[in-house]
Amino acid sequence: MPEIKLTITHEVGLHARPASTFVQTAAKFSSDIEVTHGETTANAKSILAVLTLGAHKDAEIVVKAEGEDADEALKALEELVLDNFGEH
Amino acid sequence: MKSISGIPASYGIAIGPAFVFTRVEIVIEPCNIQDPKAEWKRFVQAQEETSKQLDVAYLKAQEELGEEEAGIFEAQKLMLQDPELINTVKSRVDSELINVETALYESAESFALQLEAIEDEYLSARALDIRDVSSRLLRNLLGLKNSPADGLKIPSIITAQDLTPSDTVMLNKDLVLGFCIEVGGSTSHTAILARGLGIPAVVGAGEPLRKIKTGDKLVIDGDAGEIIIDADKKSLKQFRDRQKKFLMAQADAEAISHQPAITTDGHQVEVVANIGSVDDVQPAILSGAEGVGLLRSEFLYLERSSLPTEEEQYESYKTIGDAFGDRPVILRSLDVGGDKDIPYIDMPPEANPFLGVRAIRLCLSRPDIFKPQLRAALRAGYGNNLKLMFPMVATVEDVVKIREVLEECKQELRDEGYDVAEEMEIGIMIEIPSAAILADQLTEVVDFFSIGTNDLSQYALAADRTNAQVAPMASGFQPAVFRLIKMVIDAAHAKGKWVGLCGEMAGELLAIPILLGLGLDEFSMNPPAVPFAKRLIRSISMEHARQVAETAINLKGDKEIRKYVQEAVPEVNRG
Repeated sequence: MPEIKLTITHEVGLHARPASTFVQTAAKFSSDIEVTHGETTANAKSILAVLTLGAHKDAEIVVKAEGEDADEALKALEELVLDNFGEH
Repeated sequence: MKSISGIPASYGIAIGPAFVFTRVEIVIEPCNIQDPKAEWKRFVQAQEETSKQLDVAYLKAQEELGEEEAGIFEAQKLMLQDPELINTVKSRVDSELINVETALYESAESFALQLEAIEDEYLSARALDIRDVSSRLLRNLLGLKNSPADGLKIPSIITAQDLTPSDTVMLNKDLVLGFCIEVGGSTSHTAILARGLGIPAVVGAGEPLRKIKTGDKLVIDGDAGEIIIDADKKSLKQFRDRQKKFLMAQADAEAISHQPAITTDGHQVEVVANIGSVDDVQPAILSGAEGVGLLRSEFLYLERSSLPTEEEQYESYKTIGDAFGDRPVILRSLDVGGDKDIPYIDMPPEANPFLGVRAIRLCLSRPDIFKPQLRAALRAGYGNNLKLMFPMVATVEDVVKIREVLEECKQELRDEGYDVAEEMEIGIMIEIPSAAILADQLTEVVDFFSIGTNDLSQYALAADRTNAQVAPMASGFQPAVFRLIKMVIDAAHAKGKWVGLCGEMAGELLAIPILLGLGLDEFSMNPPAVPFAKRLIRSISMEHARQVAETAINLKGDKEIRKYVQEAVPEVNRG
């Protein structure tokens, strides 16, 4: 199961709009995607689960995907995070 | 024809049908079901309906409140479609054969509790969001209207037991002719809102109001505090005549509204506006206000889920400060607590919130709230005439503490290379009797005073202004209150400082001659009152006002003072 490590650079962390965009992006893919922060793992397509991760600015997250479009999904999420969720 | 009396809260006459604003409680009855498929179909339908409503809310918020606020509804929509939530609900319906309302309520509540358990203000506010989405869904499942405000389709007079700020924000203001409220006094939320909108209101009308049904023909007389149901032809004609006269007097006053407020014997005072948002700037300027005597900063903190940033505050304060150029704009620091609550600021319940950690007391204990506001103000005041004022100051020590934080902020900003309003004038509100009594000491540490009569009266008379039974005592028309005001003005003038008044009283025509006579320098009121106040001040002499004030402070109480001013100064009668 492919996985990537990412650091959240956005000021508000994986909350508010960044969390929404993250979840919306994940939801575009059919693969099962999960995101881990510390000890907690969440369904990347669930806003409620992603929020409970409490991933603040500078948090390191691990994203795993499994399914037909797993690689594309990881690539899209990586770009989103590296691009600071489209905010500059 | 029947009539109900209450407390007059906002001038004018309104004639129109009643709209009864009632909140519906959600009651969920757990029960077992036979057909989980049918149950699930109900859920999917309600979910679609909710989704559409959230789209509408998103657009409305985007238009009225901006992109950031609209984002809340976008996040709520994601919650509505959340796979974890939906799967939990579905599996409970399927396996336990319970009704979908119970499954939904319990699942959403469990997520809300998880979010709340994480010590984070932002996430606690999301707990409110999930509860909000879930109750919207439940209302749709149960066939309840989403907001009682949705039913308002034609211009109507709103009647209600009480209205909260979140209720009134939902009302289409273009369709509101007036307000009749069961509870509250003349300084309650709805009363202030009505005066801000320039429409009549009667509050504290009590239980008889419950007899009114939507569609009943109403007249409200905002001058007398009367509500008339099914007025007969003759009195309806009289009300229409008075309404016409009122509108004419208004036009008359507006004609002189941009002239200075000078008495017939040449004494000039300032007439300025109380405003509560960037949107209020234009109406204030158009009303003839010569600046802003009270800019309530709460607007930046309400209707959102986290504290406004320094940058956001800076933008708003700067826009408002610059709009008035070299005319003064007095920004009041955050005034919450008491009857004003902000969900994302953790304020533990208090037995006596009005005597508790409110306003400056809260700010001094929370530098994370206070400092961004001070920094934003100090930056925004560069190049205009923004002043800062602090509510609920009780002692000189309070001011010393405020000044320390203020200096700290100034130093930080200088170090960071910002332009800082170094000479910004600093004032305090006089609303606690101890501050009035200590006015001579306080003149040493501030540049100006602004008297908040709403609170000063309730504290001086120990009468809760939100309690209709004692609210008349807290009206401000009390010799004790006028004497406190006199003490403050005399103490300030002795040291060459000026005094303003930004309570509701500043715009009350019956109070103006007394306040003028006591030597008040600045009258700050809701924009619709500005033309009437200027017209009155321009029609009387300072000499006469001084005599009126001297007599009034020696009278016995509210009724006596009102009656006396009415007779001694006939100019107070409009029209």
